Amino acid sequence: MKNALLGGLAAVGLLAALPATASAGELNMVCGAEQDWCELMARGFEEETGNEVLMVRKSTGETLAQVRAEASNPKIDVWWGGTGDPHLIAAFEGLTQDPGVDTSELLGWASNMHKISNGGTVGIYAGALGIAYNSEVLEERGLPAPACWKDLTNPAYAGEIQVANPNSSGTAYTELATFVQLFGEDEAYRLLTEIGKNVNQYTKSGSAPSKAAARGETTISIGFMHDMVKLAGSGFPLKIVAPCEGTGYEVGAVSVIKGAKHPELAKQFVEYALRPDVQSRSVEVKSFQVPSNSKASVAPESPDLASIKLIDYDFATYGERATRERLLKRWNEEVKNASH
Amino acid sequence: MRKTIALWLVAGIVGFCILPWYSVESGFWSFSWLFSEFLSEDAAPALFQALLYGRWWFVPLALAFAGIALSFAVLKDERTRAKALVILSITGLVLLFAQGFAIGRTGPELFIDALNLGTSAAGQVGFGSGAMITAGALLFILTTSISGLGQGRGDAFIVGSIGLIIALVVTFVFYPVSQILIRAFEASDGSFDIAAFFTRFFSADIWSLACLAGGKTCGPAWNSVFLAVLTGAGTTLLGLAFALIATKTAFPAKKLLRVLTIIPIITPPFVIGLALILMFGRAGVVTDVLHDVFDISKSRWLYGFSGIYLAQLLSFTPIAFLVLIGVVEGVSPSMEEASQTLNATQWQTFKNVTWPLMRPGLANAFLLGFIESIADFGNPLVLGGNYNVLSTEIYFAIVGAVADPSRAAVLAVVLLILTLSAFVAQRLWLGKKSYATVTGKADSGQHSPLNPALKWACYGFALPWAAFTAVVYSMIVFGSFVKLWGYDNTFTLDHYIRAFSVSFTNGIRWTGVAWDSYFTTLTISTIAAPLTAVVGLLTAYLLVRQKFAGKNLFEFSTMLSFAIPGTVIGVAYIMAFNTPPIELTGTSIILIIVFVFRNMPVGVRGGIAAMSQLDKSLDEASITLGANSFVTVRKVILPLMGPAILAALAYSFVRAITSVSAVIFLVSARHNMATSFIVGRVEHGEYGIAIAYSSVLIITMLVAILLLQVVIGQRKLRRQNRLQSSNKNKELASA
Repeated sequence: MKNALLGGLAAVGLLAALPATASAGELNMVCGAEQDWCELMARGFEEETGNEVLMVRKSTGETLAQVRAEASNPKIDVWWGGTGDPHLIAAFEGLTQDPGVDTSELLGWASNMHKISNGGTVGIYAGALGIAYNSEVLEERGLPAPACWKDLTNPAYAGEIQVANPNSSGTAYTELATFVQLFGEDEAYRLLTEIGKNVNQYTKSGSAPSKAAARGETTISIGFMHDMVKLAGSGFPLKIVAPCEGTGYEVGAVSVIKGAKHPELAKQFVEYALRPDVQSRSVEVKSFQVPSNSKASVAPESPDLASIKLIDYDFATYGERATRERLLKRWNEEVKNASH
Repeated sequence: MRKTIALWLVAGIVGFCILPWYSVESGFWSFSWLFSEFLSEDAAPALFQALLYGRWWFVPLALAFAGIALSFAVLKDERTRAKALVILSITGLVLLFAQGFAIGRTGPELFIDALNLGTSAAGQVGFGSGAMITAGALLFILTTSISGLGQGRGDAFIVGSIGLIIALVVTFVFYPVSQILIRAFEASDGSFDIAAFFTRFFSADIWSLACLAGGKTCGPAWNSVFLAVLTGAGTTLLGLAFALIATKTAFPAKKLLRVLTIIPIITPPFVIGLALILMFGRAGVVTDVLHDVFDISKSRWLYGFSGIYLAQLLSFTPIAFLVLIGVVEGVSPSMEEASQTLNATQWQTFKNVTWPLMRPGLANAFLLGFIESIADFGNPLVLGGNYNVLSTEIYFAIVGAVADPSRAAVLAVVLLILTLSAFVAQRLWLGKKSYATVTGKADSGQHSPLNPALKWACYGFALPWAAFTAVVYSMIVFGSFVKLWGYDNTFTLDHYIRAFSVSFTNGIRWTGVAWDSYFTTLTISTIAAPLTAVVGLLTAYLLVRQKFAGKNLFEFSTMLSFAIPGTVIGVAYIMAFNTPPIELTGTSIILIIVFVFRNMPVGVRGGIAAMSQLDKSLDEASITLGANSFVTVRKVILPLMGPAILAALAYSFVRAITSVSAVIFLVSARHNMATSFIVGRVEHGEYGIAIAYSSVLIITMLVAILLLQVVIGQRKLRRQNRLQSSNKNKELASA
């Protein structure tokens, strides 16, 4: 009997060792960029302000799911980095708040992000969509190098192209929306269906196709050019193409979560993240996105947005839930079913 | 009986009047709540919360306690007292949780109008140690009183254990899971709609059989089932072959074989998939060689069913092995000897004696393989190609570009139903036979060797597989020492230096980027593993040895958390434990809890398999000699459960280190886990550092498992743990 009691006490005792909750003076940050860049931002802010930054890296989809689940009692203060789409969704769903920062130094696309979300999120960098191919495999298979989106419909590329599935990947949705804006809706779906016949796999994650192309698992990939630059820079035989018809882009963003426990610190962090000297440091960690502050320096390796034909991407329309659902439904019906 | 209740009553009063009711900022172990802050609003116990801070909702609870104390002191008749205590403690528990759920952070959340009457107090934060101790005290007063009424043969330990397990499973499995499953019935506008559920549930998106009609792929549900059945069967067969080799042959390199079969289980997710791509992918090493030598064209066959199947066989065979080795070892040699004495051939003995006795083990191994496969997330993600399975569909329904939690919930329901079916099928196959072979009777036989044909079949089946595993792992180790795995194979130590560098200026500083998550991971897994083993084996004991109402339901509910994909569990845990009364997000406790309850089924299955071999006469002998059930468990059952305990400990330790899908939502800056770190690196294509980290984790786990093996040791069944041999006579002579 005594033993039974002790066992029970032990069990309860273990449960009783309940935790401490976060105390003041700390910024809780979720980071959507790669680890090194996240560390750079967090440690830089700590050194400059003396506050502690509790940072964890999560993909944007996971972060959005967490922000939604925690809506009634948020544990995150600031969400920095990662593609802007989920940031915009969070803003449209009222999950973020206006940090109240000065956006006058920012480039058009970045302050636009701030405007259409009613201050809910601010652009910090941009990256254009492009095509990459593995030059070794391309040569081995005797294939021509693509230069335009339309080239990808060439039947010679059957089974050689890899692209993400827009149902799961923001990158691929950006591509879908870009096609619609470039070619008009019907022509866009016709092209995507044609290209679909050459696609060997619709991957779940947006960065997977270029990684597969780098290693020769596929020959051609569609994705963000800054990811491709990084892969090529680490030594893979990857050639990057800015499509001749023009291309769309993503805007990476920073948001302050509504009901953040440390709104002042979060605001301070957003101000920090928008500063030109801070944005210029991204090249230290081999990130080649284009910074949003007009005064920040651009890495020489970065895809030069001025030389790429960029479309006037309509984030307000294509970030909207109804448009998104309609486009994806049509994609599932026409493009996905046409693939093998 | 009286003494136990008195002690729990004291514990309850301590919890209510002395310990801080709410969770305290500085943490329980700082003890500042006891000295400087005893009566502060944050740290005051419930009694003073009611007296000083207007939290009147503790008054009914206090009355319930007073009632318990009073009836304990006044009522003399045992049965009347027990009855009164049952009613009062249930009332107390209901009141405790009712106030917790009704009054949230900012004030009343349920019955707002009624509760707002006459209250000026603000809301309340999550339960702390006081609330937990009080709840525990009420629970055990309840169970002790129930046993006082003669239930559970009047054994307070049994009823208390059942009560504890039920309370834990309800709190940490049912409650969070219900939070998310309820969304399956949610229409797109947020209203509840049963019809919408059925439309979604039977949708062709999930159940399409188009692949049979030619061409296109089937729905994810059929894909998952197909994969899981084949994986379950494949891992069970391979596991059995290894187990037979390890126990019933004179194979020279058994130790090595054991290590090889254990390594895949301790491999972080994605790593096996990546290694397979580098070997068999379109640009893989093996593919290159086949192309150059045999002119076999380079294809993408790996991406899809075949790749996932291969990776799952590699990953899950060890689980089958761990379940089956205990079972094969436990099959009583004297039964085999009896069979042989009766002139049966080795083959007949195997077919008629050994095989039937291994059925519970085989069924459990298959069930685990099936469930693991169906819930597996890492392998389909890396190798899936266009072969969609439920687990990845669920993940992307939650985190994808179009987040649709209700679709995720519907898919999770489908997955649960599949698991339930497998579970029922297993029960039907096993039936109600007795599989006990370890009895109290004298039993000193030796394992009979396998018949030669079967032995060579096992060798032919298992050894190439072992070699293959070895090759895959050398690829992984190799990958951590080269610049660009699969492309630029120059030797480098960079990845290890970046991850695990240590600087010795001004004392030791852990400068590598991986140290932080490495230490957190080790701490959390070390805490979670023994808890998992205790909860799992206790449950197994209750299931095998005790009879109580609702046992089947109880058994299934303990399997539930294992069957639900990690992603669903992760999101469910955030939804359930982010707000009072149980507020755990952002802490290490939530990680420990999620591991304990996700891995507990393995302890349960392993425990059941091992325990159904222990004859009940052992317990009965112990009880007859005057021991109670607690002593019986400790002195008779536990020592015979060595392999099962080892498996439960090792497996839960390892799973805590390698699981990813649930963890990804629950890690926080303060408590980051290794897998979440590795996945982040893989996402950005930094395979080198990811694999270097994985290699270090693999070695860490290997060391831990070997240590466990040394500490726990092998159980001694008073059988010669070796094969029949010609020098038997010598041994007999020397004995």
